[in-house]
Amino acid sequence: MSLRAPLAKALNHGSAHAGVHHWVVQRFSALALAPLSIWLVYQLLSLPDSDYHTVVGWVGNSWNPVLLSLLIVLAAWHAWLGLSIVIEDYVHTYLSKTLLLLLSAFLNGLIAASGVYAVLRIAIRSLR
Amino acid sequence: MAERPLSPFMKVVGIGPYRWAYTNTLSILHRVTGVALVAALLGLVIWLIGASFGRDSYDAFKPFFVSLPAKVVVSLALIALIYHFSTGLRHLAFDIGWGFEKTTARRTANLVIAAVVIVSALCLYLIFWRGTAP
Repeated sequence: MSLRAPLAKALNHGSAHAGVHHWVVQRFSALALAPLSIWLVYQLLSLPDSDYHTVVGWVGNSWNPVLLSLLIVLAAWHAWLGLSIVIEDYVHTYLSKTLLLLLSAFLNGLIAASGVYAVLRIAIRSLR
Repeated sequence: MAERPLSPFMKVVGIGPYRWAYTNTLSILHRVTGVALVAALLGLVIWLIGASFGRDSYDAFKPFFVSLPAKVVVSLALIALIYHFSTGLRHLAFDIGWGFEKTTARRTANLVIAAVVIVSALCLYLIFWRGTAP
């Protein structure tokens, strides 16, 4: 039995059933990012200098490309979910809200794709 | 597009039963640092892209991020990360239903502030006095 009013059903009001997934992914990505961000900060602070060879050697070293790509993708995903919540809470004009949500989705998609691309370029070059 | 619900506190800001307490500020700063960290992530990716296009492009970038203002920006980003990390753990504890009691919430808030100050001081020491890169 549904408790929804017929009019609400006709107007398609109600839950989009995407909220729980949004919430869960934000928490799971946070749990994964916790050790990854400690790892990144530790690694960056351990670099002896910021010369080209030091940085490229570090990015391409053993499993670093995997962890770096994972960190960038998860951080961009987490940022997309978080920014969406912030935009939905503070921007109430339909047009600007929609445009900002689109912008945030595109920006974070671009960050994820170009970050992984950069890491792969460095890692594959360091194999030769 | 279906209307997605707002965060519960949004319905009472300004008019509602919420009196200011420093735990509010702690929570809003979690959002502020979260937004700031998107810029930090963008910076990290730009740095990696610079390195991925070879030595010349990296060296062209380099003067910008080894300068003192860049070190200050990197340090601020690091402090934002340490803060967002610590308050994030606290929010994850809230999410499993732990720590809602007023005394517990205030105690964990103090704990978070202390942890942020200590870890940030350690990282700033490493960056500025020991001269760690970048």
